[in-house]
Formats: sequence, C-alpha cells, structure tokens
Amino acid sequence: MKLLQRGFFFAMLALTPVICGAQLSVSGTFRAGVAVTLQAPGSGTSTLYLFGPGGAIKQTVQRGTITIPGDNFKIAGRYTAIVDGSNAWFFVNEAPLANISFIARPSRVPAAARGAVLGSAFLFDRFQNLVLASTPVDFRLATESTKGEDRTVTSRNGVAWVQLNSGSRSGPAQFVASSGDVSVRRVVQQVAADPCSIRMKAARAPDGNILVETAPIADCSGNAVPDGTIVTFACVDKRGRSTVDARVKRGFARAELPPSSAATLSVAAGVVLGNEIHWGGGQ
Amino acid sequence: MNKILPVVLIVLAAVLVAAATMHSSALTPATTPEGAVQSLLNHVKTHDADGAYRYVAKSSNTDEPDFAHDVFGDDGNLRTYSALQLFDTKVMHEDDQQADVRATLQWASAVGAVYDTRDLKVVREENSWKVLWPVTARPKVPPQVIPVNYLRWDIVSRGPDDDWGAQNVDAPRVRIISMNPVEKDGNFILLGEIENEDTVPGFVSVAATLIGKDGKTIGQEESFDKISHILLPKEISPFRIDFPNMSRERIASVHMQPNAMLVPASADPVMGVMHQAMQKDARGHSVLTGELVNQSGQTVNIPHVLATFYDNAGKVIWVADGYVDQSLAPLTPVAFTIGVHDDLAPKIHSYRVTANQYSRDRVQ
Repeated sequence: MKLLQRGFFFAMLALTPVICGAQLSVSGTFRAGVAVTLQAPGSGTSTLYLFGPGGAIKQTVQRGTITIPGDNFKIAGRYTAIVDGSNAWFFVNEAPLANISFIARPSRVPAAARGAVLGSAFLFDRFQNLVLASTPVDFRLATESTKGEDRTVTSRNGVAWVQLNSGSRSGPAQFVASSGDVSVRRVVQQVAADPCSIRMKAARAPDGNILVETAPIADCSGNAVPDGTIVTFACVDKRGRSTVDARVKRGFARAELPPSSAATLSVAAGVVLGNEIHWGGGQ
Repeated sequence: MNKILPVVLIVLAAVLVAAATMHSSALTPATTPEGAVQSLLNHVKTHDADGAYRYVAKSSNTDEPDFAHDVFGDDGNLRTYSALQLFDTKVMHEDDQQADVRATLQWASAVGAVYDTRDLKVVREENSWKVLWPVTARPKVPPQVIPVNYLRWDIVSRGPDDDWGAQNVDAPRVRIISMNPVEKDGNFILLGEIENEDTVPGFVSVAATLIGKDGKTIGQEESFDKISHILLPKEISPFRIDFPNMSRERIASVHMQPNAMLVPASADPVMGVMHQAMQKDARGHSVLTGELVNQSGQTVNIPHVLATFYDNAGKVIWVADGYVDQSLAPLTPVAFTIGVHDDLAPKIHSYRVTANQYSRDRVQ
C-alpha cells in the first residue's frame, strides 16, 4: 500500500509540468545581495522553495514574475528554486570587492634581504564572499622618503601574494596592498643586517689594561647595528685567552682586557670577524 | 652486692651505647690526619659549622664566619643551595707533624651533582691533628658608582582588539650555524652552535628527534642547560644534546628543532672570561681553567660557564659546562675549572668560553 502511494506521488510530481504547462525559468547573471527574478508560468498562488548556501526559504508567491529579495542571496554559490514541482538552479556570484584581508610576514626583517617580505591578500566583498574573479592587486613596500618596491599581482581564486626584497634603509616600512579604492596597510620593521667590516683600535688604559673600542658598527648598507648587539673582544697571549662579550652602546662597543706585553687582539660580532691587532709588537 | 652489680652493668651499657652512637665531637680530638679531615667533613655534612670549625687549625688564620661562608656559601651562590653528600679521603703524605690528605667531595646542588677535589694540609696542633683551611680573602670592592646604562628590552604584544592580520611581534630569528654528531661512551651526542641573527633578544632552546631506520622516532631530547638560553642580538651559544645508550647505527636521520621565544631581557651584566688555558689538574686530568670577572655593579649569584672546543678544522668537537659555586662580586675575579675528556684534549685546537648567569635580585 505504501509502495503504491509513493509511486502515485512521484508520478504526479513528474506529470505536474505536463499538467501545468511550461517550466520555471531564470536567466541573467546574479550577484550577492541583488534580487533575483524567476518566471513561473500560470496564474494564481503557489509555493516557492529556495535553497542554497545562504539557507532555505519557503514562501507563498504569485505565479508569473517572481522577485526574490537580495537579502536571501548574501552568500555566493549555487541556488535552486522550486515552484509547482518545476525547478531551476542558478549561480550567485560575489559582489564587488569591498575588503582586503592582508597578512604581511615577518614583522621584522634585515635590510637589503632578497625575498624576505611576504604579503598575502585575500579579497572579499561586503558579505565576506571571496572575490574569485581575477582582480589586480597592488603591493608596495617603502620606508619614508624612499621609492621602495612596487608590484602588481592578479588574484587567483580570491588570493594574491607577493614576495619582495626588503629595502636597504632601516626603519619602519609601510607595506600596502590595494585594489581600486580598497587598501590595507601593514608595517614591517626593517632592521640592520649583519655587521660589515668591524674595525677596532686599542690603547693602554690608565690602570694598565688594554682598552679596545670599535668604530661605529654598521651593516653593508650603512645602517647602524642596534644597541645591545653582542661584540666579542678576544686577547690571546702567553697566559692564555681572555674574552669579553661587550654590548654595542650608541653605535660603539668597547671593553677592557687584562694587561699584556704581547698579545693578539681580535673582534667579532656573530659570524662576522673584524680586524686583528698585534699588541706589543715592534717593542 | 647483688643489687649494685646490675645497676653498674646498666650504667656501663648506657655509657657504651652513647659512645657508639655519638658522632665525633669537639671533645674527641682527631688522632690521625685522615681522621681530622673526616671529622671536619662529617660536620660539614650535617651542616654543623661550629663542629667543623673545631677541626680547623689556628695557623690557618681563618675566623669562623669566613670559614662558614667558604664552606656553606653566601651571597645566594650555588653553595648555599648545596649539601655535602659524599666524600672520600686519601692520605698522600704523612709524617710526625704534618700530612697531605686528598678529599674528593660530592655536593648535591640545585643544578645536580657537583664534584670537587681538595688537597688539604693537616698539621699537628696541641696533641691533635687539625686541618689547615686558608680562606682566600676576597678583595673588597671600594665604594663607587658603577653606571648601568646598558640596553633593556621590554615587549608589548598584540591585543584582542587588534585587526585580523595585524602583525604581532615575531620571535627572533635563530639559526643553527654548525652541528656535529658524535658517539661517546655508548651515547649519541649532538654538538653545535646556534646564533641569534635578529636584533632582539630571545629565549632559545634546541631539541632533536632521532629517526630510526624503520622511519619511526627512536629518541627525543633537548639541550637542557648545555646551552645559553637567553641570547642577545648576534650572540652565539653552543649546545649539546645527549641521547644516552644510543648507537649511531640505529639512526637514519636527525631532525633539529631550534626554538626561540621573544622575552624581555637586559644587556647587563657584562662578564669577562680571563686567562683561559688548558691545563692538568692535581690528578693529571685535562681541565680548562680561567677567571670570571663581573663587570657590572650587582652581584651575580650563580655563574654558569659554557665551553666550546674546536678541532683544527674549526669543527665543534665537544661542549662542556660547569657551575661556579661562588658568587661574582662586582669587578672581582673568581676562578673556574671545566673538566675535559683526556682523549679529546689532544684534538682540541681552540676553544671559546661564554658565561651565563642566574641572579636573584637582578631586574630582567
């Protein structure tokens, strides 16, 4: 009995278009947040079923031209409408670009480093749909009063990303991603890279110790290394080896080493070696 | 008579029991040089400064407070967190009036077992043996102003109201600049050096995972305290990771994981490591000796010395560390010694020593 009832129901469903005449139709392209118009032939009231990624609705409508408000289509995707057993499906595309979610990494890079700065931009419309249409995105990285680096990248599947070289000047660099009227700004701190060409001098201190001091220490782009950077002074003589891990203060590093009549003095910061001084030579 | 005898026996038994259980006291003079040293150290073991001092010879010219500070520590140094656990004595030389006794001491400390060997002179004084215990007078630092104007770093992190995608302050970039696996005494050991390449300080550690020939993890260890954890910009620290009872044949690959975390830090104190030299100790073993000098104005309570040893190709062949059980007063040199395996000593071409520190009251 149940089988018979089920069979009768599906037969009626299949025959309804035949009984009622022409199919439900929809045409055109649709964007998120914009109303959609369907054509349901016939007259009188009927029930509209609409379901898609935004949810599902059921409402009583008048056959003919059915207008569904744009509030039902905030989320882009495939929607299906059913009236009188006839269905039509259509795609709702994203609205125009309204937001860029921009991630810049890292927050701190050494100056003049190749490919050190990564930027990823995710394009969204005002309803938080990913803008899948290819869209050009401008990326610009520059410190104050420098030209910086510019790149335009076309988004793919809602994402545009870029890898840029850091600038040669240390300081806060503005990293901007923009497309049309929409732009987002991040700050990437460009810091001095490895010290370049460490030079030191030595003199006898009043108490007889050896006073060593470096010239201002900078990286290869001329940026002063920050205070607190470790600079190691070493003194090797017949009594052994003495080292002091001094800190850069106001651009210089200095230390006092124990007195010696003949010693080799050296200086290093990280993996960068400076000059050597033969103390007591020629006496 | 019948009543007196039991009473006498009971009293005698009590006296004998008391004599057997009582430790050597001041009332018991040391009759041998070794006995004097052992009595002194037994009192040290029970933290009895008075009792131990009674075995110190008057000719030491050491007063009791200085002796107590030397043996039990002061200034929050490592000795104040230590207890003498075991000792062993050996008479090296003896005659009627004086003797040399070698004492090997094992201290249980907050950082593990600390071993010490002292060669003690023992002299006959007033019909008993007493230990000469000279205490090196620490030079008094004259009153002065030592300006501390080194850099300090503090951190302001990202908050819950910040924009999505807004950057937080990143952890410092660190890089392992050398790595050398060795096998020693049935253990697999990873040695190397790590550098803070960034411009901010970081708390650094190195972990390693061993992958066996079947692709499964067979060991995971960290560097623990064989590394200087706080690295200032461009600072290089050695590291050593020990895998006990592991042979090289079982290992297919090693996965190194350097970890760095941004932390507040101070560039103070500056510590100099002076007169480093490879020498032989009293037992003929190779040691690296030197002096630490605290160039700041505040006491460093517990200094920690890390030594990296290189062969003639510049490869790291060993990393050793040691804690100094004395505190470092400002501008006052304190000696340190680090043991080196005798079989490694001939291969050592150069070395680098860095000093770490733990200070009780220092503002970080």
